[in-house]
Amino acid sequence: MKKEKVVDVVSNSARFIAQDDIHEKMHDKNLWNARVKRDRIAASIPEWEQLRELGSAIKEHTLNHLDQYLEQFAANAEKRGAIVHWARTAQEHNEIVYSILESHKVSSIIKSKSMLQDECGMVPFLEQHGIEVTESDLGERIQQLSNEPPAHIVMPAIQKTTEDIARLFAEKIGTDPGNNDPTSLTEAMRNNARPRFMKAGAGMTGANFAIAETGTFVVCTNEGNADIGASVPPLHIASIGIEKVIPKVRDLSIFIRLLSRSALGTPATQYTSHFTGPRNGGELHIILTDNGRSERLAMKDFWRSLKCIRCGACMNTCPVYRRSGGLAYQSTYSGPIGIILSPTFDLKKYSELPFHSTLCGSCSQVCPMKIDLSDQIYKWREEVVKAGYMPKMRRLAFKAAGEIFAHPGQFHLAENLGAKLLPIIPDFLVYSKLNPWTGGNDREMIRLAKPTFREWYLKNRKEQNNG
Amino acid sequence: MKVGLFIPCYIDAIYPEVGIATLELLEKLGVEVEVPHRQTCCGQPMTNEGDFESARCTEELFVENFKDYEYIVGPAGSCVKQVRVHYDKLEQTPDVRHVRERTYELVEFLHDIIKVKEFPGIEFPYKVALHNSCSSIRGLGIAKPSERPGEPFNKSADLLKMVKGVELVELSRPDECCGFGGTFCVTDEAVSTKMGRDKVSDYVSSGAECVVSPDMSCLMHQQGVARKMGITTLPFVHIAQVLNGGPFKNGKL
Amino acid sequence: MDSTKDLILESLRRNRQAGDFPHPEIPDFPKSERPILDEFKESLTAGGGTWREAASAAEAEGLIRELHPDAKVICSAAPEIRGNRDIHAIKDPHELDDVDVGVIRARFGVAETGMVWLTQEDLKIDALGVLSQHLVILLDPQQLVRDMYEAYGRIDLQATNYGCFMLGPSATADIGAFMVRGAQGARSLTVIFL
Repeated sequence: MKKEKVVDVVSNSARFIAQDDIHEKMHDKNLWNARVKRDRIAASIPEWEQLRELGSAIKEHTLNHLDQYLEQFAANAEKRGAIVHWARTAQEHNEIVYSILESHKVSSIIKSKSMLQDECGMVPFLEQHGIEVTESDLGERIQQLSNEPPAHIVMPAIQKTTEDIARLFAEKIGTDPGNNDPTSLTEAMRNNARPRFMKAGAGMTGANFAIAETGTFVVCTNEGNADIGASVPPLHIASIGIEKVIPKVRDLSIFIRLLSRSALGTPATQYTSHFTGPRNGGELHIILTDNGRSERLAMKDFWRSLKCIRCGACMNTCPVYRRSGGLAYQSTYSGPIGIILSPTFDLKKYSELPFHSTLCGSCSQVCPMKIDLSDQIYKWREEVVKAGYMPKMRRLAFKAAGEIFAHPGQFHLAENLGAKLLPIIPDFLVYSKLNPWTGGNDREMIRLAKPTFREWYLKNRKEQNNG
Repeated sequence: MKVGLFIPCYIDAIYPEVGIATLELLEKLGVEVEVPHRQTCCGQPMTNEGDFESARCTEELFVENFKDYEYIVGPAGSCVKQVRVHYDKLEQTPDVRHVRERTYELVEFLHDIIKVKEFPGIEFPYKVALHNSCSSIRGLGIAKPSERPGEPFNKSADLLKMVKGVELVELSRPDECCGFGGTFCVTDEAVSTKMGRDKVSDYVSSGAECVVSPDMSCLMHQQGVARKMGITTLPFVHIAQVLNGGPFKNGKL
Repeated sequence: MDSTKDLILESLRRNRQAGDFPHPEIPDFPKSERPILDEFKESLTAGGGTWREAASAAEAEGLIRELHPDAKVICSAAPEIRGNRDIHAIKDPHELDDVDVGVIRARFGVAETGMVWLTQEDLKIDALGVLSQHLVILLDPQQLVRDMYEAYGRIDLQATNYGCFMLGPSATADIGAFMVRGAQGARSLTVIFL
């Protein structure tokens, strides 16, 4: 039914907080630390704000000339021997991947992180077709072994404690259940993954950037897992969202300087790898995928979300995301960027996400592409209301409030009637059924004052009368 | 200089002492202040929930009430931000534009327009934790957001430092959102109160004896959370009350 | 295939925003004035790498032995270091699975980040840079650029199918946000200035 379909991010978050005194606290602390590191390294670069301006302008230029740049990219990539495919939808993307694998008789692949492949639901699709898929990014592998999607764009398993992972590895890859040491758990996964790299018939990657001028795509990782997947199996398939294109190599310097500093507060990822053609003796396929992007370009208030370089800085800084955990959003993209991207895929399903924000505005300040995240969250609320997806009780309450506030007589009458009409006065007390101050929980009840300021004023400043 | 005093609905109904402090403070500084009697609300509760149509009449009334003043001053950052930033759906008549341009939050008005240099005779001998609201910081620019590189500035702190006895304490996350967020605190209660508890814990470990903010709505939420946490001795007051030397609820801090 | 491409391009043309959106000029930003080698060493160390100095190829070979006394398989793509696995005899990257130490000469290093630039031509087999348990990178200390602007000005991406700016060893913080070196790629990276 319709109602179940809507993601209940509020209840999901409440469960994340209520589960124990450990997870939410650790999650908040670790992500806050990432933001503090980001602040420090951003402050060390005098031209930081100028870099954001440039990155944003380059993206806005490219997005509005994307037809030319995509053609240029594809032509240059083909010149160096890559085979370029085009996919309009997730389904087309997945079918192209499968047809390449099938024609090469590949039954096992190793992949690195790709938000686009997650967005397309590629892994379940391939698994249904009998392909064995191994995630090679450590965090992604942890999530895969837990049957969970990534909870964060660059730190996929950040919602788990070391103890959670120790238990998971003990169960799934046979480590000592008492071993809670991150170094030896990482080592255990390294040893588990290596044979999978060796036997894989294909390596799949995403791409952080694609350069029109040279036909190169760039993949940034800290583990080097994308490079292993691209260099060991004979077949490399890269899924690239069409918005990843930038015009020139020189432009790339701006984005590389911004990306890892924004994401983790480090000067660069350990590997910034540039693929312009297949490895020696190998084959390279590129799938340029639209999946809603070209439609999003037409949305006046929301097209700038296409500038996103998937650094996760907005998630790290978001005080609501840090308390909610990424899985609460039940979407490929969570946190502020998830709030503004997810409704473009399914407005009804994600109609509650835009309300899961205090509109504090920090996301807009940290975004290296200067995406107006907070403003877009605000505007999505309006879209939700226009589409009629706002819960009815909430809608009616605001309508009533609107009428009262529009009529001074009614407002002052409502005030004078006191507690009975509390729910329609100020914004935090809008409707009684949900009023947390009356629910006997984590906040103390608020009381109306007698006299009100207005009454005091009339009594004490009687000589003035402009009413 | 004729100023129209904008008293947000919740200050009128719940925190009249903040309205009184603001009025007295402006009068003391030689400003001619009027309080338009027909004012109700700025429309924020509705637009914050994406419901502009319900807000339209309220916003039009606001413009009608305040269009003839040289400045409009309100002791509440998020309400002022609503007028200045979010009255963009109304037809932009000269009156609407005037009201949007001339509506100031109290701290900005004192700091940038009147350019106050001192608060003679006022004393506030306490360790103070300052909370600037997110709307005030990132919406109105009364302080540099911590995530933004550059020279720090903080207009509320500048004003508080002019008051004898005030000692500002350092917080571990000085401009982290407290979780109020308008209707968010009602609709997203678990996250909202968790953020509030974290905020209050930060105050407690900073050694603050009092929390001061130019936004009473954040403080209402924080105080509610603090009391439920069993912290009953930490006062939460509006910056106007400090700068004016009161009045305080029940007559004392 | 082409019709899908045309549909996407047509959609992009139809949906673009009205307006100019010029491609911005990237200005020349002020350069760091620190000694460039010091800055490189510091950035490299921050990224988890280490560095040594050698006066000759023989000294470098000695250093490699000293750094990795237990190494059984040393595979070098750098002409001045012999090793005991001939990279030119490798037909398939899978054969590099047992390499303990890979030795590669980098074209240049970037002081701002501590990265070294490795191309397919330097690696001979791309996988050498990521399958080797440990990496030794030979770098001429004269071959340093200041920052990423200079770095991207220096490389020719159309002259190589694969090029990597590598910074120190493989790393992850995916378990409990705890930094671990040696996730999937090399466990250590030592730059020898030679």
